[in-house]
Amino acid sequence: MNPEDTASSGCGPLSDLRVGARGRLCDHPGAGPVKPRLVDLGLVPGTPLEVLRRAPLGGPIEVELRGYRLVLRRAEAACLCVNRRDAQA
Amino acid sequence: MTGAAGVADPLRVALVGSPNSGKTTLFNALTGAGARVGNYPGVTVERREGSVRRSGRAIRVLDLPGTYSLEGETPDEQVVERVLGGELPGEAVPDALLIVADGTTLRRGLGLVAQLLQSERPTALVVTMIDEVRARGGRLDLAKLSRILGVPVLGVVGSRGVGLPELRELLEHPESWSAPSIRPPDEDPAERFAWVDAVAREIGAGDTPPDTRSDAVDRILLHPVGGGLVFAAVMVLLFQSIFAWAVPAMDAIDGIFGVLGRASAQLLPAGLLTDLWIDGVLAGVGGVLIFLPQIVILFTLIHFLEDVGYMARAAFVVDRLMGLVGLQGRCFVALLSSYACAIPGIMAARSISSPRDRLATILVAPFMTCSARLPVYTLLIAAFVPAVSVFGVGLQGLVMLALYALGVLAALGAAALLKSTLLRGQVSSFYMELPPYRMPSLSLLASQVWASAWAFIKRAGTLILLASVVLWTLLTFPRVDADPSLSPKEQAQVALEASAAASIGRAIEPAIEPLGFDWRIGVGLVASLAAREVIVSTLSQIYAVGDADDFDGLRSALRADTDPETGEPSFTLPVALSLLVFFVFALQCTSTIAVMARETGSWRWPALAFSSMLALAYVASFVTYRVSSALLS
Repeated sequence: MNPEDTASSGCGPLSDLRVGARGRLCDHPGAGPVKPRLVDLGLVPGTPLEVLRRAPLGGPIEVELRGYRLVLRRAEAACLCVNRRDAQA
Repeated sequence: MTGAAGVADPLRVALVGSPNSGKTTLFNALTGAGARVGNYPGVTVERREGSVRRSGRAIRVLDLPGTYSLEGETPDEQVVERVLGGELPGEAVPDALLIVADGTTLRRGLGLVAQLLQSERPTALVVTMIDEVRARGGRLDLAKLSRILGVPVLGVVGSRGVGLPELRELLEHPESWSAPSIRPPDEDPAERFAWVDAVAREIGAGDTPPDTRSDAVDRILLHPVGGGLVFAAVMVLLFQSIFAWAVPAMDAIDGIFGVLGRASAQLLPAGLLTDLWIDGVLAGVGGVLIFLPQIVILFTLIHFLEDVGYMARAAFVVDRLMGLVGLQGRCFVALLSSYACAIPGIMAARSISSPRDRLATILVAPFMTCSARLPVYTLLIAAFVPAVSVFGVGLQGLVMLALYALGVLAALGAAALLKSTLLRGQVSSFYMELPPYRMPSLSLLASQVWASAWAFIKRAGTLILLASVVLWTLLTFPRVDADPSLSPKEQAQVALEASAAASIGRAIEPAIEPLGFDWRIGVGLVASLAAREVIVSTLSQIYAVGDADDFDGLRSALRADTDPETGEPSFTLPVALSLLVFFVFALQCTSTIAVMARETGSWRWPALAFSSMLALAYVASFVTYRVSSALLS
């Protein structure tokens, strides 16, 4: 799926965000085996975040949130629902 | 106990906080201990205790592993929960909590603070790295934070001692710290972090700009191509430096032992005890200690990478590759630590959440080239690989690099095999905080390198010394009276051939003969099952027998040695390569086996690791010997 498709249409998985894209975690983040841990890292609904880097060949992505940097696998990022905003916002 | 009179039991204060918030740095500064620190999450995996120095009374500080939550899932995080809940057998509940929070990540860190404030115990909060907050242009109103939380709050820079006098003063009276007066929302994470955001806004924690220097460095080091090139260049430089830079220092140590040996031979009366001292202790221990410079170079690089913040980046870069073998980035950090020693690597696996990934990491960690292999590699490479340059890079360094690479490949291959057979399970998850790069303080780096070097020296003075004395005994007895008309060298040869060690070596010679090893290497192999570097002291002793005044140059002795019957060189390049490959794969380390048993809770896993690694080593050595003999003849 083209990442642009989810641009303005509400929620989409974090893993689809391009480098530089920002957004907020949706009210109902997806479920996944690691979700409780991600919540402890401050990934709660409404938290603003920005994608800083995507490792090549489907490797992990680096996200900035709450003033720190977190890397997580795309599979985990796919479980997190993000309300995308414009990259320049 | 050195505390003030009248205090029966020392008060116990627990250091708790998120991973990488600086707890252990504070612990070291307060207690004078030299516990391992690093700039990546998950360095401390056990509880650790020490007394506060220069304190008027006896206060014990408890250093606990970092955790993001009180509902931890990894073994190291659960330590915190169990200590605080008083569930650890033989461990009293701490009297007070000293919460440690990184000042640059308060908007996350206050989440754990909110959980810890639920406790009824006296509590204080230390905010670390306030220099970094200021350098980035941020301001934290810690007085206001103290008013909001209702507990004492203190800003410190643990690595530079800022705020430590005040902290010591605060620690004099933990019982006077107020128990938290507020109960932040705890049950619902969303509410908890809403509280965090509100508090952060009040104290200005949201206004700290990002670390632009780290971003600039990451643009190079995390670049898909550039990062890999930089990493490769650093590795080549390391192995070159092991041969080029260490030589003067090694010659110096060699010289000292040479002088000691010659002086002992002149001053001491001839006899068994003198032989034991010269041939057993000096040759055995000196043969290993000479590699101290290399160990120092290796540990300096490893500790620098840990302290500067590279380990978490390495995990990010290789996570994809680790995913191919069924592991994740965090396993790689544990494996990278195993370059120093497999034991800290196995311990570091405690921060891996999936039990199967953790077990796989523990089992393959001994394949990583630990520092005990370094003396063996260096000796054999220096003796048998020509010191020529290939495309401007020394061949000896390249062979060393190849041996390290072989170890990594073996570890990854074994992990892939384990994860697709015995330890098959669901896909692992991976997440990790990337700390900002931090310039390590030189004194801290020096003290860490010293601690590692000291451990190596201590090992030489205990385990290696003991093994050397045992070997000397086996090499000396039963004594035979050689024909006095023979030269001293020939007499020594006769005595050696008649020794108990020779009988042992001959007994296993049929088994190792296909690998190109004679009974003398056999003795070394048996001895090296205790610890790898013992083979160096074994060879030192065997080749020093009868040659007490020719101390330097085990290298040339190995090269010059000839078979008494055929006159051919007995130690050839194929033999050296075969022996090197054997050491790449075999698990010759009693300490590692013991730690493996403790960490996995069973002797089955270390038994599996030992036997399969031995079998692999045997086959690989056999192939190496046959192929290189055919190619070089």
